[in-house]
Amino acid sequence: MKYFSKKALALFLCVLVVVPLTLCGCKKDTQEIYFLNFKPEQADVYKEIANEYEKQTGVKVKVVTAAANGYEQTLKSEIAKSDAPTIFQINGPIGYNAWKDYCLDITDSKLYEMLTDKSLAIKSEGRVYGIPFVVESYGIIYNDAIMKKYFALPNRATSITDASQINSFDTLKAVVEDMTKHKSELGIDGVFGSTSLAAGEDWRWQTHLANLPFYAEFSKAANGQDPTTTGQNLKEIGFEFNENYRKIFDLYTNNSATQKNLLGSKSVADSMAEFALGKVAMIQNGTWAYSQIADVKGNTVKSEDIKMMPIYMGLDNEQNQGLCIGTENYFAINSKVSEEKQKLSLDFLQWLFSSDIGKDYVTNKLGFTTPFNTFTAEQTPPDPLARQTAEWLSKPNINSIPWVFTVFPSDVFKTDFGNALLLYVQGTSDWETVVKTVKDSWRKER
Amino acid sequence: MLKNPLKKYFWLFCLPTLLAFCIAFAIPFLSGIYLSFTSFTTVTNAKFVGLSNYIKAFSADADFINSLKFTVKFSAVSVISVNVIAFILATLLTKKLRGTNVFRTLFFMPNLIGGIVLGYIWQLIINGVLLPFGYTITSSANFGFWGLVALTNWQLIGYMMIIYIAGINNVPHDIIEAARVDGASNTRILFNIIIPSVMPSITICLFLTITNTFKIFDQNLALTAGAPSKATSMLALDIYNTFYGRVGYEGVGQAKAVVFFVIVAFVALLQLYFTRRKEAEQ
Repeated sequence: MKYFSKKALALFLCVLVVVPLTLCGCKKDTQEIYFLNFKPEQADVYKEIANEYEKQTGVKVKVVTAAANGYEQTLKSEIAKSDAPTIFQINGPIGYNAWKDYCLDITDSKLYEMLTDKSLAIKSEGRVYGIPFVVESYGIIYNDAIMKKYFALPNRATSITDASQINSFDTLKAVVEDMTKHKSELGIDGVFGSTSLAAGEDWRWQTHLANLPFYAEFSKAANGQDPTTTGQNLKEIGFEFNENYRKIFDLYTNNSATQKNLLGSKSVADSMAEFALGKVAMIQNGTWAYSQIADVKGNTVKSEDIKMMPIYMGLDNEQNQGLCIGTENYFAINSKVSEEKQKLSLDFLQWLFSSDIGKDYVTNKLGFTTPFNTFTAEQTPPDPLARQTAEWLSKPNINSIPWVFTVFPSDVFKTDFGNALLLYVQGTSDWETVVKTVKDSWRKER
Repeated sequence: MLKNPLKKYFWLFCLPTLLAFCIAFAIPFLSGIYLSFTSFTTVTNAKFVGLSNYIKAFSADADFINSLKFTVKFSAVSVISVNVIAFILATLLTKKLRGTNVFRTLFFMPNLIGGIVLGYIWQLIINGVLLPFGYTITSSANFGFWGLVALTNWQLIGYMMIIYIAGINNVPHDIIEAARVDGASNTRILFNIIIPSVMPSITICLFLTITNTFKIFDQNLALTAGAPSKATSMLALDIYNTFYGRVGYEGVGQAKAVVFFVIVAFVALLQLYFTRRKEAEQ
């Protein structure tokens, strides 16, 4: 009896050792593709889409969403696994550089054919490796209800009568500074939402706001050529329009809801909440921010009052300046998975952006304005910021500014820039230091 | 009869643990060292590049050296404060006071909270304290430094205190009684009897605090994330930022990690050697 139980124990231990080993070797035979999603706010919608697609075609779509700010980390570890993502996202030419060993040549795909403006795709030596799937825009979002209240004030110092008449930095500055004087009458804490400068929360300044002076500089250097490619090849920059950057940045921080030296603790969510609760009148952000405004508890802003204007900073011809429109979301197909999976992945994306069901999800649930010709003009998302974008695009003589920040050399460059801005608002360093840091960091990181 | 089969099947019984050890520790460790000599995006496409990662780790920028200095400074301050305070608490809580068990539990509790949570809690506390003065934790590197010290103390003191309590409880009572009869003062008893007798506890506590404070990552990330301008970024955080910050620097991050390992191992062994010698002397 005793002997037997010992034998049983030994057998049991053997099983313990062997079972996990054999489990590793198991293979699934269902067709499965794997999409590594970049946007946490849309994780649930993608799950719904995956279910729908499986119902229709029998192909299983595994959707994994990386945590905010953690896409590169997640991708790095996921792609090394045997069950690697078949569809992943790159954020532009710099992202392509990092992942070129894994990007499949998709020049001949249907998805590329569907692209309205072929120049938007990421190309290398004439071949296509990344296809954008959403067009976003950003500018200064404002609460028209508060603006109307201001323009109704009898003792205001400005002569214009509506926020839509603001078309230059000088007008913007005059209005903003006068609003600050009247802030108790308007019931606001400040004109602008907090200039969030906490670590990881400063991308609106070191990336988005920086886009404008850098676009001006690249355009000048490009001499009629494409500014983005020119910028990508610049080994050194002069940060020539830094004074323009400083003007608008100072306007933000001097008329903010938060005292300057406390900005280091503010996050994007903080400032979006200030806007949603009607505590501030303006905020710099983009089309993606609508959900952040709408979902805040106690939100007082009506969606028809949410409007957007370009970021004026006194650059040349600014009366013709439009919103910053572009993308940093490109689909890439993993070149190291089986050909069958690559094909299934492309089929899925094509379904999503051309079938009626797929398009419905894209427009109404994901809220994407897409660059594909399969979408008609009516198929724009219902949220006010997307409609504002369409409105700006239809205005005559207004030129949108492309997103050239996709060619900023690296994350370290952006972090250095953000760190310098923080020291500047806290008063521990001067503007010269910011300019020097930006120039030095570009040279070092390029 | 019983011994032979045990010898015969020894390897079989060791196998599961050995496998787990290899998979979870030995293989990642060795491949980590290998990767520090390569250039790679993911661990499966590494190309050998020799020592260039190690050269870049020190020459590309001064970040590594700066964070090393910050880490050493931080470790020195925290190791002393954690151990002194933990020891004082332990002596107090081994006296027959009312409610010692309650206090022991309370002091130990912070140790059960994760580092990220602690970091954010302390960020809120410190920002709240600094608010009336118009500062935040990012205003100066000093706030970040002392914030980290406070956080670490709060987290580690309870754990070290438990170890010291165990040590102090094991000091033979008759020796202390005898000393008291001989007219020894309390300080004399403390320095000549209690401290030498709890030397093994001191060794362990020093080892734990030194390695823990050197390796701190999540607390650092949550509390300051290096702000302002990397001035409060410690070694582990710097390695992380190097690894993910730019394209092509994964290997450099890995090289920094290997150097980091060597430093921590060296300091810890040195400390063990010295305190062990003290233990042997008594």
